Amino acid sequence: MQDEPTPVELTKSVADFLRNDITPLISGHQAFKLRVAINILDLVTRQLTGEEGSDAKEVERLRALLGIDGSVSELNRALAERIAKGEVDLATPGLAEHLWATTMDKLAVDQPNYASYKRELSRDA
Amino acid sequence: MIEAELSRSVQRWCKGATGVTGAAKLSGGASQETWRFDIVHPDGPIGAILRRSPKGYGAAPTRAAGLAAEAQLMQLAFEAGVPSPRVMHVLVPEDDLGTGFIMQRVEGETIARKILRDDVFAAARPLLARQIGGILAGLHRLPQDKLPELRSRGATQEIAEFERDYRSLNWPKPVFELALRWLRDHDPGPSAEITLVHGDFRNGNLIIGADGVRAVLDWELAHLGDPMEDLGWVCVNSWRFGEIDKPVGGFGSREELFAGYEAAGRTVDPARVKFWEVMGTLRWGIMCGGMMQRFREGPDHSMERAMIGRRASETEIDLLRLLAPRGS
Repeated sequence: MQDEPTPVELTKSVADFLRNDITPLISGHQAFKLRVAINILDLVTRQLTGEEGSDAKEVERLRALLGIDGSVSELNRALAERIAKGEVDLATPGLAEHLWATTMDKLAVDQPNYASYKRELSRDA
Repeated sequence: MIEAELSRSVQRWCKGATGVTGAAKLSGGASQETWRFDIVHPDGPIGAILRRSPKGYGAAPTRAAGLAAEAQLMQLAFEAGVPSPRVMHVLVPEDDLGTGFIMQRVEGETIARKILRDDVFAAARPLLARQIGGILAGLHRLPQDKLPELRSRGATQEIAEFERDYRSLNWPKPVFELALRWLRDHDPGPSAEITLVHGDFRNGNLIIGADGVRAVLDWELAHLGDPMEDLGWVCVNSWRFGEIDKPVGGFGSREELFAGYEAAGRTVDPARVKFWEVMGTLRWGIMCGGMMQRFREGPDHSMERAMIGRRASETEIDLLRLLAPRGS
């Protein structure tokens, strides 16, 4: 086990420093790039926070759907292949629910402000 | 300095011109650049735009029509009354500016979010979906015997091409697989009518003023194909910039788009439009993957490109909303 602070805490401290102390000093194209940099750190923080839990649930769903075991990336590859071959489709029980749950977890990390995501999130609420 | 070459060039073909001022690069990758400048003229300055591939960058990417074709299409559109800048000059070797063309600058806004939010466009916004229908009808009616040589692409070929692009990324995505299956199952086959297709007609590639659309830009993906492709692409959610209930670029409804198109004497096939909207959503998703790959392999190791890779999931949720909608 590694020592603390955790990666989430460390990344967040850098993002907060850039956001609060550096942003006011910079303008023009560099300011745009700084915003992108902060967005990246925020994304990494969200991923580090949620990934373990969402991957575990994804693996559980994939094992049930496919009837095989493996890592999250191996199981995703297997599902992709089965859909490509036509062995699994939207008529397969659980597929639509799995794809929705997985995609919602990705958006929560990648683009939590994306309008389609917010609309679907309000449907879940 | 580019102003010296531009000055010599304009004096050759623009009667009375004495030089240029204010040259500034608006955008540019390694192979293509856009510059704005003013032609100095006794009757007053003339706003102009240069689109060029610098010397040594002649070859266009495989999907691109090329700058010479782009110039020809814009001029044809202009003559047919489709909102377009007037092409003033096609570059020749003695210009020493590379290959490309110079066109009249059209004032207005291209940044989609500003067009969707700023007050100055408030009166125009509700009219745009219908107006875009009319413009696309005009574009699809451009005389085919005058078109430059263009690649020809139908639905079946496009599916195969995107599938190849996707597989080359080695980036297994179950939602993309599902979309590819759906596209193959719903392939409408060859279009009964083949027309010019703009190929990238969307919010972001239009110059818009308080009075509506002033110019259609970015013709580099023009080709011959199913005219419904343009109607589908303009509806892709990625080009609604958050206004997700207004499919046509965030401006208005499909019904308004279709009404504008049909009022101009052409017919809409809504099933084909839907097919191309799904195809377009997947297309943008695969392009995001391509950006990720270029970020990884260089030479463009930029943060911006890296982050575009993380936008593929936006197209996944949009594909699910199209193919497996939840509730009602």
